[in-house]
Amino acid sequence: MQPALEISGLKKTYKGGFQAVKGLNLTVEQGDFFALLGPNGAGKSTTIGVITSLVNKTQGLVKVFGHDIDKELDKAKSFLGLVPQEFNFNQFEAPMKILVNQAGYYGVPRKIAVQRAEKYLKQLDLWDKCNEPSRNLSGGMKRRLMIARALMHEPKVLILDEPTAGVDIELRRHMWEYLRELNAEGITIILTTHYLEEAEMLCRNIAIIDKGEIVKNTSMKSLLATLHIETFVLDIETSSTTPVLNGFASRLIDEHKLEVDVDKAQSINSVFSQLTEQGITVNSMRNKSNRLEELFVNLTANKTISSVGAVN
Amino acid sequence: MMTFQNRIALSSILHKEVHRFMRIWVQTLVPPAITISLYFVIFGELIGSRIGSMGGFDYMSFIVPGLIMMAVITNSYSNVASSFFSAKWQRNVEEMLVAPVPNWVIVAGYVGGGMARGILVGLIVTLISLLFVDIQIHNIWVIITTVALTSAVFALGGLINAIFAGSYDDISIIPTFILTPLTYLGGVFYSITMLPDFWQGVSQVNPIVYMVNAFRYGFLGVSDVSLTLAFAVILTFIISLFTIAMVLISKGIGLRS
Ligand SMILES: Nc1ncnc2c1ncn2[C@@H]1O[C@H](COP(=O)(O)OP(=O)(O)OP(=O)(O)O)[C@@H](O)[C@H]1O
Ligand SMILES: [Mg+2]
Repeated sequence: MQPALEISGLKKTYKGGFQAVKGLNLTVEQGDFFALLGPNGAGKSTTIGVITSLVNKTQGLVKVFGHDIDKELDKAKSFLGLVPQEFNFNQFEAPMKILVNQAGYYGVPRKIAVQRAEKYLKQLDLWDKCNEPSRNLSGGMKRRLMIARALMHEPKVLILDEPTAGVDIELRRHMWEYLRELNAEGITIILTTHYLEEAEMLCRNIAIIDKGEIVKNTSMKSLLATLHIETFVLDIETSSTTPVLNGFASRLIDEHKLEVDVDKAQSINSVFSQLTEQGITVNSMRNKSNRLEELFVNLTANKTISSVGAVN
Repeated sequence: MMTFQNRIALSSILHKEVHRFMRIWVQTLVPPAITISLYFVIFGELIGSRIGSMGGFDYMSFIVPGLIMMAVITNSYSNVASSFFSAKWQRNVEEMLVAPVPNWVIVAGYVGGGMARGILVGLIVTLISLLFVDIQIHNIWVIITTVALTSAVFALGGLINAIFAGSYDDISIIPTFILTPLTYLGGVFYSITMLPDFWQGVSQVNPIVYMVNAFRYGFLGVSDVSLTLAFAVILTFIISLFTIAMVLISKGIGLRS
C-alpha cells in the first residue's frame, strides 16, 4: 500500500537565510492517526506549509499517495485537506458561502456542495450560524469552521495544525471524538500539537520535531514505554527531620513540599512506609506533569550519544 | 484546459467576486453614480454650455463616452486590487492555493469579477447620463468590445498591483499617481487634436487615449486615433499584463514564502 505521505530530505530556508527545516524524513501510512509534536518554532507549520504548497521548499521530496508535489501537484492537492493554525477565511463571509466556495475550488458542483456543507455544519454544531458573517463566530467555532471547510472535498488525508489551540476542555473532547470518528471512517489524520497528552489520547504514531529536525519517530506505545520515571509532589508535615528515602531520588522543595521520582518498576508503597517510619505525615499528593520535559531531556541526551556512535 | 472541474472553480471565484461587490454596493456602485452626476452638472451643464461644440458635437455629448470609460477603468481596477489584496491580507487566498485550481483560473476569476463591476458601473453611469443628454449610438459592437477589453486591461492591472502590494496604501498609490493623471490626460474632456503638436505626440503613448477614443467612436463615429491601432494597443496590453500576472502567481510572488 502507498503511504499517505512520504517526505524525504526536506529542507526549508526562508528568505533572510533562516533554516526552519533541516533535512526532514517522515512517512505516514494510510489510515494512521499521526502526531507531529514539538515546541514553538520547531518547524511544524513550515513542514505542513510545504506539503500543502503554501510554502516553497528549498530541497527534498514530498509525495502524497505516491504523487510527487513537484510533478503532480494538482493530484496531490486533491487528496489533502488542511486546517491551518491561523484563521484564514474571509471574516466578512458566512460559513455556508465559505464552504460552498471551497468545494467549488475542488470542482464539487454547487448543488452537492450545499448538501455537504449542511452535513458538516450540523456535525460541527455550526448550523445555526451558517448565514452569520464568520467574524461573529467564537474562536472555537472558527476552528470548527476550518475543519468543516477542510472536509468539503472529502480528502483522504486531513492535516490539522494545532486544532485545539484556544479551545476549551469540553469542546476539545468533542473535537477529539469527531477526529476519531473521521479516522475510523478511513481518513488519515496528521495533527500537530504542543501537548503530549493530546497526542497520547489520539494518535497511534508520533514524530517529535525540534529545531527543524525529527528527534524521534515511533509508535505512541513505545514512546510512552520510554517514560520510566514519574515525579510526584507530596505535601508533608515534618517534625524538623529531613526525610530520607532509600532507593528513590527525592528533593525537599520547602519544609512542606517533597518531590519524589518513582520508576515504573518501583512501588510507591515503599515511599509511604519509609515516611511513616520517620514520623512524617503525607497530607496530599499530586502528579507533577513534566513528562514532556522529561521526554525532551531524554531525547536530547540520546541524540548526543547517537551522534557519537552510529548514525541512523 | 476548460475541464469540468476548472469550470466549477472558475464559476466559484466569479460568484464570490460578484457577491463581494454587490454586498458592499454602497461602497462600490453608488460612488461612481454620484461622481458622474457631478461631472454632468459641472462640466456639462454649467461649464459645458459656455464651451460650445467640440469635435463637431456639443460638449456634453462629447464627454459622455469618456466619463463612462473613466468609471469603467477605475472600478475594474479597484475591484480586483482591493479584493485580491484583502484575500492576501486575510489569507483566504490560501483557500485557492491549497486547492487544485490552475493559475489561469485564478487570474480569469478575479479579472472576470473586475470586468463585471466595471461593466455594471458603466451601465449605471450610462443610464444616469441619459438624464442629461441624448445618447446616440454609431456602432454598438465597438462600444461593447471596447468596454469589455478595457475593463480586462485594468482588472489585470489591479491584480498585478495587489500581488505586489504589502499594505492597503500600496493599492492606492498606482491609482492616485498613475491612473488618475493618465485618465485626465487621456482625452476624456478634450479632443487631443486641440493640443500643440508636442503634447499630441506625448498623448500617443498614453494607452487611455486609445480606449477613450475607440469608445467615443462607438457612440459618435469620431475618433482622434485609428480604430485598428486602438484595438491593437488594447490587445497588446491584455496579452502582456496577463502574461505578467501568470508569471507572478506561478512564482508565488507575495503569496508563498
Ligand atoms: N515566513 C517566514 N519567514 C521567515 N521565517 C519564518 C517564516 N515562517 C516561519 N519562520 C520561522 O521558521 C521557524 C519555524 O516556524 P514554524 O511556524 O514552522 O514553527 P512551528 O513548529 O509551527 O511553531 P508553533 O508551534 O509556534 O506554531 C520559526 O523560527 C519561524 O520564526
Ligand atoms: Mg505552527
